[in-house]
Amino acid sequence: MSVLVFIEQRDGKVRPVSREALGLAVRLAPAFGGEVVGVCLAPSDPGLAALGDAGCDRTLLATHASFARYDGVVDAAVVAKAVEQVKPGVVLFANSSLARDLAPRVAARLGVGLASDCTGVTADGGALTATRPVYAGKAVQSVRFPRTPALLSLRPKMFTPMTGAGKAGTVEAFAPGELPASRARVKDVVAQAGGKIDLTESEIIVSGGRGLKGPENFKLVEELAEALGATVGASRAVVDAGWRPHADQVGQTGKTVAPKLYVAVGISGAIQHLAGMSSSRCIVAINKDPDAPIFKVADYGVVGDLFEVVPALTDAVRKLDVHA
Amino acid sequence: MIQVVCIKQVADTETRVKVAADGRSLDPAGVTWIMNPYDEFALEQALRIKEQEGSGEVVVLSLGGAGLPTTLRNALAMGADRAVHLKADLVPDSLAVARALAAEIQPLAPAIVWCGRQAVDDDAAQVGSMLAELLGMPCVTSIAKFERAGESATVERDIEGGREIIEVTLPAVFTADKGLNEPRYASLKGIMAAKKKPIEEKPAVLGEPNLEVTALALPAPRAAGRIVGEGVGAIPELVRLLREEAKLL
Ligand SMILES: Cc1cc2nc3c(=O)[nH]c(=O)nc-3n(C[C@H](O)[C@H](O)[C@H](O)COP(=O)(O)OP(=O)(O)OC[C@H]3O[C@@H](n4cnc5c(N)ncnc54)[C@H](O)[C@@H]3O)c2cc1C
Ligand SMILES: Nc1ncnc2c1ncn2[C@@H]1O[C@H](COP(=O)(O)O)[C@@H](O)[C@H]1O
Repeated sequence: MSVLVFIEQRDGKVRPVSREALGLAVRLAPAFGGEVVGVCLAPSDPGLAALGDAGCDRTLLATHASFARYDGVVDAAVVAKAVEQVKPGVVLFANSSLARDLAPRVAARLGVGLASDCTGVTADGGALTATRPVYAGKAVQSVRFPRTPALLSLRPKMFTPMTGAGKAGTVEAFAPGELPASRARVKDVVAQAGGKIDLTESEIIVSGGRGLKGPENFKLVEELAEALGATVGASRAVVDAGWRPHADQVGQTGKTVAPKLYVAVGISGAIQHLAGMSSSRCIVAINKDPDAPIFKVADYGVVGDLFEVVPALTDAVRKLDVHA
Repeated sequence: MIQVVCIKQVADTETRVKVAADGRSLDPAGVTWIMNPYDEFALEQALRIKEQEGSGEVVVLSLGGAGLPTTLRNALAMGADRAVHLKADLVPDSLAVARALAAEIQPLAPAIVWCGRQAVDDDAAQVGSMLAELLGMPCVTSIAKFERAGESATVERDIEGGREIIEVTLPAVFTADKGLNEPRYASLKGIMAAKKKPIEEKPAVLGEPNLEVTALALPAPRAAGRIVGEGVGAIPELVRLLREEAKLL
């Protein structure tokens, strides 16, 4: 049986999270004794042949002008049709804002279970076990799949994409069939200022909290972020105060992130904040209170006044770049 | 117009997770049970729509165990008209839940079905979209803004790097995100009125499980934190560690 991967595209480009899913698919494929097959819905080919390098044997491409924008009713029907044709043992989605609607729909259509937001997957002779954080990351659940195919969505940044896989990456036309009538139309997409990378997909995040004292001081965080090539995040306290938009909020009622480096500036480290960032690879905390809970999870803590420490760190990082 | 709000009772977000003796579930000892926080946004929006229109019915629907009526009473006190409690000792996987809820919702022919973005216990974020598929409705997840215009609604949601503005033909399912509104507290009058509102109880109709939970465990603890130093003087060492030990810069 093969491993089917939903290949997500936006504006004519395959989204990076789909390569992460392909990376896992390549690792799982031997246990299922089949190929890695992609399925993609797009107005035209978003460069799928390049996915051979990321481990894809072949991709089914369904084209239609309306596929430029996501429509759950339509897309779920097409993906379910591809599942019925390919008969995979596993179907993988990246847990993106699109797939958070698509994957459960496909599961309901096929009548199989879905393990969402998985952070670990093992295959023991074709029997899959997925691990996924629950209770806002305070616990980890292991699940198994009594039916085939097993459906999983993967937390971004938890699975490593492959390069140089040397697979064929053949692109095959897939007839989507008659499309159901659309009843939800994306009228507009307003890009975030500066077209910045989304928090969930960032390698480096610098987040600011109430310790910054006011919205105007976020420029300290922005400057450090710029020096590091990072995206800016925020605690709920500053989002609720209206200093930052909700899209920037990290935590239980915001975004769950897992960057390589997370820098927390003037954030106390409340349990609901930790829930959203404690699977980051490396955490740096800057806080004037040595007893702040954020230091319990910080790999590297600096106790001090952020108004002095942050500009000094920004300077030091900028200097590094010059010598690099 | 009928609106159905699906509500899950969950452990309070402050709960310290302890694994039960079965090794697969939360030890319920000492846990405070609350309405899933995202479901409060969903219920609030439904109540606002009803108030704006000056008519209609808001039905809250929940699948769960014996302790559920407290949460349902709270929803009625906030202003819902009636509640349906689908009784099940154990809350099964999302698809089984969605099927049981859909069977109850279908005959009501609601204009809008509301859910929360996700339940903060299983963090699945599945039931809303599954309901939509089972009911043959469109769904927009994690909405942060809602405006009704006759037979359709315009909603907004955050996606990676931007915000989508979506026009939806009703009937539809929406899942509510934080930021959609500011949920009200139940007033004393509401609490009194809720005592007279009906909670209908019936057994949940559940099929075979679609997922099997084999274990619940506490996450591997992070290595204990380390303080590099104090103030600006700590910066050279911090940069060295980030560069040489963490290999990040
Ligand atoms: C249901 C629920 C959901 C929640 N969801 C979230 C969520 O998703 N995300 C989230 O973040 N929170 C969430 N919260 C809120 C959370 O409990 C905290 O209130 C919030 O995280 C605190 O934000 P903060 O760390 O910025 O502020 P504070 O807790 O006020 O911390 C400010 C910190 O700044 C430090 N500081 C002050 N001045 C300086 C200085 N000059 N230099 C250095 N340090 C300084 C202080 O020592 C302090 O540690 C939620 C709460 C509930 C009840
Ligand atoms: N047992 C349940 N009873 C009623 N509604 C539920 C139940 N489980 C989930 N929901 C609804 O579906 C949403 C998402 O839940 P989940 O898919 O479990 O994360 C919740 O916010 C509720 O609105």
